[in-house]
Amino acid sequence: MDDKIVIASRVALELAPGELVNLGIGLPTLVANYLPPGVEVFFQSENGLVGVQPVPEIGLEDEFLTDAGGSPVGAVPGACAFDSAFSFGLIRGGHLSATVLGGLEVDEDGHLANWMVPGKMVPGMGGAMDLVTGAKRVIVAMTHTAKGAPKIIPKCTLPLTSVRRVDLVVTELAVIAPTPEGLVLREIAPGVSVEQVVKMTAARLIVPADVAQMPVAA
Amino acid sequence: MAVSAALTAGTRPQKAVSVEKAAEMIPDGAVLMIGGFMGVGSPHRLIAELVRQGRKDLTVICNDTSRPDNGVGLLVVARALRKVVASHIGTNPETQKQMIAGDIEVELVPQGTLAEQVRAGGYGLGGVLTPTGIGTPVEDGKQTIVVDGKTFLVEKPLRADFALVAAKRADYRGNLEYEMTARNFNPLMAMAAETVIAEPVEIVPTGVIAPDHVVTPHVLVDYIIQRSRPNGR
Repeated sequence: MDDKIVIASRVALELAPGELVNLGIGLPTLVANYLPPGVEVFFQSENGLVGVQPVPEIGLEDEFLTDAGGSPVGAVPGACAFDSAFSFGLIRGGHLSATVLGGLEVDEDGHLANWMVPGKMVPGMGGAMDLVTGAKRVIVAMTHTAKGAPKIIPKCTLPLTSVRRVDLVVTELAVIAPTPEGLVLREIAPGVSVEQVVKMTAARLIVPADVAQMPVAA
Repeated sequence: MAVSAALTAGTRPQKAVSVEKAAEMIPDGAVLMIGGFMGVGSPHRLIAELVRQGRKDLTVICNDTSRPDNGVGLLVVARALRKVVASHIGTNPETQKQMIAGDIEVELVPQGTLAEQVRAGGYGLGGVLTPTGIGTPVEDGKQTIVVDGKTFLVEKPLRADFALVAAKRADYRGNLEYEMTARNFNPLMAMAAETVIAEPVEIVPTGVIAPDHVVTPHVLVDYIIQRSRPNGR
C-alpha cells in the first residue's frame, strides 16, 4: 500500500467526533479521506474557515472558498468564516483539538522542525509555528526517512518550529509517542519488525515489551 | 454589478475613484498592507495598476507573495518591492530568488503573529505577547516577558501608509462586507493604515449591507475603486 495512505489512514483514527482539527497542506490533507464511518470532525483552514470539506462536485469551485494552499474547497452546512486574527485565536487560544502537520525532523525531545532548510529552502513558517505552539494535540504525519536518511534523530539540526513537545509521530513504519522520558515506540506497521524500525531511526527509541500492530486502511 | 435606477437615484458612492487615480496616490517607497491569502481576497486591479505605473521600492506587509502570476506575486516579478513582511514566500520562486540575490529584503513572521501585529497597529496597542516563536529563529533580537511563569515574545505593532483591501461588497458610504476565505487579513489591515483603499467586487447603495453584516465600518475607508469586473479580478 502507498506509504501516504498508510500514514493518513492511521492518523485518521486519532480524531474523535466533534473535534476541531487543522490539516496541513500535502500528506496531512489526505487524513480527511480516512475518517472512520460516523466520525464527524470539523476541519479548520487557517485562512479563515471552520467546516472545510472537499469540493463536492467538479464545477462548483468558488474562487473565494479556498484552503491554505489557495486550492478550492467546499464548506459543510453550518460552516463559518472569519478573519486571520480570529483564526489564529482559535489556534493559539487552545480551541483547536488537533493539528496534523508534515515534518522534516523530529528529535528525542519531541521537537519538530518543518519550516526551513537554511541556505536551501526558506519558504517561511506560514501558520506552522502557531499551530504547533497552540493546538491541544500535535500529530506529525511524515515518511520515516528522506532518501534513506532517518528523519527521527537525536537532536534537530534544522531550526525548530516550536519548543513544544509534539504528541504523536505517525510514519509508514511506526507510531511513536514523544514523552518526557523519550520517544516510545507504540506501534509498528504490518510486515515491519521492531528491529527494522530501530534501524531506520537515528534517535533512541524506548521499546516496550508489547508493541502493537498499526491498524491501516483496508 | 448593475443596480436599478430607483436605488441609485440621488445618491452615488462619494469615495469612488478610478483604479488609475488610486494607484497614483501611492508614491514610490510607500509602506503598504495588501490583503489576501494566496491571492484570494487580494485587490487584483490595484496591484495590476501599481505594476502598470511602474511603482518602485515599496514595502509590502502581506500574508504571502502568492505565485509569480497572481496577487502580490505580480509586484515581486515587476521588482516593485524593496521589502516584504510575510509569513510565507514558498509558492513564489521569484521572491526567493530576489531574496537570495539580495535584491529584496524578506522578513518572515509566523502567520498568527503577523495578524496580531496588524491588529495591534490598528487597535492602538503597543504590541502583543505571544508564545509563538519562542526557542526558534523568530525569537532572535526580540524582547521576552514572563507572565505568571510563562514566557512570551514581545511583537511590535505594524502600521502602513496605505492598506489595499479587497471586499465582496462596499456600499456608497464605504461599509465593507467580505466573502468566505477572501476575508483573511483585509479587515485587520483596514484598521492599520493612514489611507485605506477598498476594491470591492460590487458597490451597492447605502443600506443594502445590514449593519450586523458590516465587517469594516465606512469611517475606516477613504477610497473605493469603481466598477470592478464581476469576478473581482
